[in-house]
Amino acid sequence: MSRTDWEVVIGLEVHAQLNTASKIFSGASTAFGAEPNVQASAVDIALPGVLPVLNRGAVERAIRFGLAIGAHVAEKSVFARKNYFYPDLPKGYQISQMDLPVVQGGAITIRVGEGEQAYEKTVRLTRAHLEEDAGKSLHEDFHGMTGIDLNRAGTPLLEIVSEPDMRSSAEAVAYARSLHALVRWIDICDGNMQEGSFRCDANVSVRRKGATEFGTRREIKNLNSFRFLQQAIDFEVQWQIDTLEDGGRVQQATVLFDPDSGETRMMRSKEDAHDYRYFPDPDLLPLVVSPDWKARVQAGMPELPGAMKARFMDEWGLSAYDATTLTASKEVADFYQATVTAAGTALAKPCANWIMGDLAARLNKAELDIAASPVSAAQLAGLVTRIADNTISNAIGKKVFEALWNGEGASADEVIDKQGLKQVTDSGAIEAMIDEVLAANQKSVDEFRAGKEKAFNALVGQVMKASKGKASPAQVNELLKKKLG
Amino acid sequence: MSLSNEQVGHLARLARIALSDAEIDATRDKLNGIFGLIEQMQAVDTAGVEPMSHPQELATRLREDLVTEQDRRAAFQQVAPQTEAGLYLVPKVIE
Repeated sequence: MSRTDWEVVIGLEVHAQLNTASKIFSGASTAFGAEPNVQASAVDIALPGVLPVLNRGAVERAIRFGLAIGAHVAEKSVFARKNYFYPDLPKGYQISQMDLPVVQGGAITIRVGEGEQAYEKTVRLTRAHLEEDAGKSLHEDFHGMTGIDLNRAGTPLLEIVSEPDMRSSAEAVAYARSLHALVRWIDICDGNMQEGSFRCDANVSVRRKGATEFGTRREIKNLNSFRFLQQAIDFEVQWQIDTLEDGGRVQQATVLFDPDSGETRMMRSKEDAHDYRYFPDPDLLPLVVSPDWKARVQAGMPELPGAMKARFMDEWGLSAYDATTLTASKEVADFYQATVTAAGTALAKPCANWIMGDLAARLNKAELDIAASPVSAAQLAGLVTRIADNTISNAIGKKVFEALWNGEGASADEVIDKQGLKQVTDSGAIEAMIDEVLAANQKSVDEFRAGKEKAFNALVGQVMKASKGKASPAQVNELLKKKLG
Repeated sequence: MSLSNEQVGHLARLARIALSDAEIDATRDKLNGIFGLIEQMQAVDTAGVEPMSHPQELATRLREDLVTEQDRRAAFQQVAPQTEAGLYLVPKVIE
């Protein structure tokens, strides 16, 4: 049996940290990187007698998410206690949602793969619920003891649970990336994976092709990069297939991924799995989201990537590929829209080409995000405009782009002016250059007359060189043809 | 439904409550008494009744998303058995 005889089934649980200023049940700050325990209030460290009060901002972000994925935002949802003992959970329970989560259902369309092989797929979501994060245990040696920092305790999380709709690690990564882009797009999470603001757990199982029942799944915990997500799933899938083909059985378990070895290893089996004994938290009344509140949140929603993509195609004439690429993240979309706004919608296509071509390549090489681009949207728009109105050729445009990137001018016009890059359109001047080139390249002229088309291109090249690239290639072509004709 | 001693032992472990064998017997009897009550309630036809999560017909109060708490670490850590470098120290735990 080979890998192709098996079908992979993956569902993801993502913990997105909501970008509120204060915690979900207390007024302590959520800022990252503070001294240990200075942002742990009486509620967060669970001093006796304290009571949780729900943060409106956290609820609002959950509503935004629900609206963005076309989910049912529950009019009434309930907080429950998830009971377990661990030193970084001072209450002895985590406040979460169980039976009645605030966001129910919904779906996300993902694009998987590149080029010809690329395809779209809809991944259904089961639910998204609000909960609090735990603190942090530091296992470095404190005289054989563990250090506890409760700054993170009570930080609001949205746990986003998908249906087991993904069939490969590539689909899982595409889904995680889409979700990551979406939570940043609607500004509910900063998406910083190094700081743990966006963490993935993957439920993975395999079954023989054609089987109707799911196989036994294992859950890979706490994957904090897309690369690790892919590696961990690939390893886990192969391990499960090998185990089953060797006549073994997969047992339900929680596993951890070790980035150093690239392997997953068992953390706990089902037998010692947690028994959380959920029950409604008596300290919190049900959360009620009125239709009025929902409508107000809806009114404040930004245009979503899907709608923006359709607009770019319908109104600005972009291809599906271009529109998808330019709406892959909020930053790219913002940059593109700012460029088109400055250049005019008639130039929407060349603006797209520059951003996806030269700018993307240059940013990639410099390992910069588009938000930190040394060439601004306004500068790029100026450049595109000057190419469109024939002030410069596309080739010279690349020079101007380099100059703008290196800060050699405040605008394309300034660079063109300072470096004398304006296209030569005076046909007298071009003809003079042509005459010189023809005189100096008699051999090419003869070859052309003998029927060698290549010789003509060589002559065009020589004229362009003589003009230092400033002549319009089309005009050179035309005049040269006339001269030789 | 009634609980076995084994189930009572399991629940006690989950709740981190140490029970002697004699206490397990006593606890089992008390819990089974409660189960009797629950069985009576479960005999009631509740079709069409929305499950209740809280006895009061009220919605939870919300606070605005503002930082209102100051750093009170020094005061809080005065009652902690052991601290170091701003951390609470606890017996070593590695899952």
